[in-house]
Amino acid sequence: MIAIVLYGFRESLRRRMFLVVLVLTALFLALYAYGTQQAFEDTRGFVGLNPEALDTDELAGTIVFGLAMFGTLFLGAVLAVFLTLNVVRGDAEAGLLQPLVVRPIGRAQLLFARFAGAALVCTIYVFGVYLATLGITEWAGDWTPDRMITPGLELAGAVVIVAALSLLGSVFLSATANGVAGLMVFGAGLLAGLLGEIGKAIDSERLQDIAHKAWWLFPFDALYEDGLHRLTIDTVGFTRFVLELGPFGGSHQAGTTLLVWSAAYLGLVLLLSLFAFSRRDL
Amino acid sequence: MSAALKASALAKRYGATEALAGVDVEVGEGELVGLLGPNGAGKSTLVKIACGLVRPSAGTVAIYGAPAGSAPARRVLGYLAELFRFPSWMSADELLTLHQRLAGSRGGTAERAELLELVGLVEARKRRVGTMSKGMQQRLGIAQALVGTPRVLLLDEPTSALDPAGRRVVRRLLEEVKARGISVLLNSHLLSEVELVCDRVVIVNHGRVVAAGAPSELRRQGGVEVDVADGVRRFPDARRDDVPRIVRELVEAGEQVYGVRVVTSSLEDVYLEAVDE
Repeated sequence: MIAIVLYGFRESLRRRMFLVVLVLTALFLALYAYGTQQAFEDTRGFVGLNPEALDTDELAGTIVFGLAMFGTLFLGAVLAVFLTLNVVRGDAEAGLLQPLVVRPIGRAQLLFARFAGAALVCTIYVFGVYLATLGITEWAGDWTPDRMITPGLELAGAVVIVAALSLLGSVFLSATANGVAGLMVFGAGLLAGLLGEIGKAIDSERLQDIAHKAWWLFPFDALYEDGLHRLTIDTVGFTRFVLELGPFGGSHQAGTTLLVWSAAYLGLVLLLSLFAFSRRDL
Repeated sequence: MSAALKASALAKRYGATEALAGVDVEVGEGELVGLLGPNGAGKSTLVKIACGLVRPSAGTVAIYGAPAGSAPARRVLGYLAELFRFPSWMSADELLTLHQRLAGSRGGTAERAELLELVGLVEARKRRVGTMSKGMQQRLGIAQALVGTPRVLLLDEPTSALDPAGRRVVRRLLEEVKARGISVLLNSHLLSEVELVCDRVVIVNHGRVVAAGAPSELRRQGGVEVDVADGVRRFPDARRDDVPRIVRELVEAGEQVYGVRVVTSSLEDVYLEAVDE
């Protein structure tokens, strides 16, 4: 089992895709550092007339850090999809899977180990980028969110769910088709969250209802929005009001039930993957 | 002889396509059985079911009594797929180490060295798979299949990417494997190779076994040919026992006899007849 986890881990790191993600990440962090510094400077300048009514550092920090979380989620989801898109059918079509499956380790352990390898890489990556953006934000504006660790863990959890969905897709779809499908599912989840935001802005109960139902279907978006919510969980007053209107606001408290459901959802997706894989001809 | 592998009434359908239609095949302990048949005959499907890669629609395959695909069956099995690939970034030694771990082999460095020696890849121990030729990868595939000293070896077209020298290496390797008492089911298109190394041959066509037996049993006598002064006289229904009588009658009739041949059909003839080509 550990041998396969390590194999999956090494396989993930060896992929050229991982190198591309690292380069994009470096670019993202560099741009983020520059942009964050500018954002703090500019907001201090133009809303400095009434500092009691609006905490400009809180405003700028939350908005740019919310953007960073979105960027981290996006890069993490891309990584998750590309690390898992070919675990079953893609690897079987390439002839990589058969020599492993016939070994005594068995299909269930093999699939779980491959998932664990990919999930480990994604978690390290997402949490690492999250901490890097946290450090940059503190350096640029001397601002830290109200909760520092939990949002990062929720972000990593969201990406692990995306990886599990992509793993499930890999049982049925060829690598390219699964890659496209995985990113579309991820996009659909984010769009549903955006619909909820629009619904909130225009006071449309139906749109908000769609977003809430989508959370149960795509709990990765719920985790992301809950993470955003925790950034300013202790913020009150006018600043809070402005933040909720922000472009990357989308912050909602998921609630305990939805958080528990996210964990159960991950388990169910993995079980479904195992069941489908156990019945698949290779 | 107990059965190392036993397929009974094995059937497999892929939608409307019937890949196997009730196949019975048995490989005895220490026996080397060749599986022959045209493309699409169902040979690879049979091997894949025996490995647990494909589920049968009906019938069973047992490996030393354990259902194919079960953990006890997988523990005694070595397999080389027809189309396989190993991670290009791994070295030969790393690949064998991975398979040792997966197979629960405690052979360590000594087993890896022995297997690489067996397939002639000692020098390529540290070489990455991605830099190896297809032939080298195929030999590495055979070494991988032998990790953990399996009791049953399933080889699906193991020489398809090999040059004549490489095929000879595999032939020697099969003899070595046989000498170790490992049972082998060899799926191959190369009749000459099968004829040389296999104890028995099973010919499959349209998902059914159409001929089976030892190569010597399958080859049939096809008459007697006698070289005489004016050419070749053919006696199509004659057998080896008839040769003295035929020669005597020809000599008594005043013919000069220069040579006599007992004609036997080759495995290729038997194969082509069995698959209606």
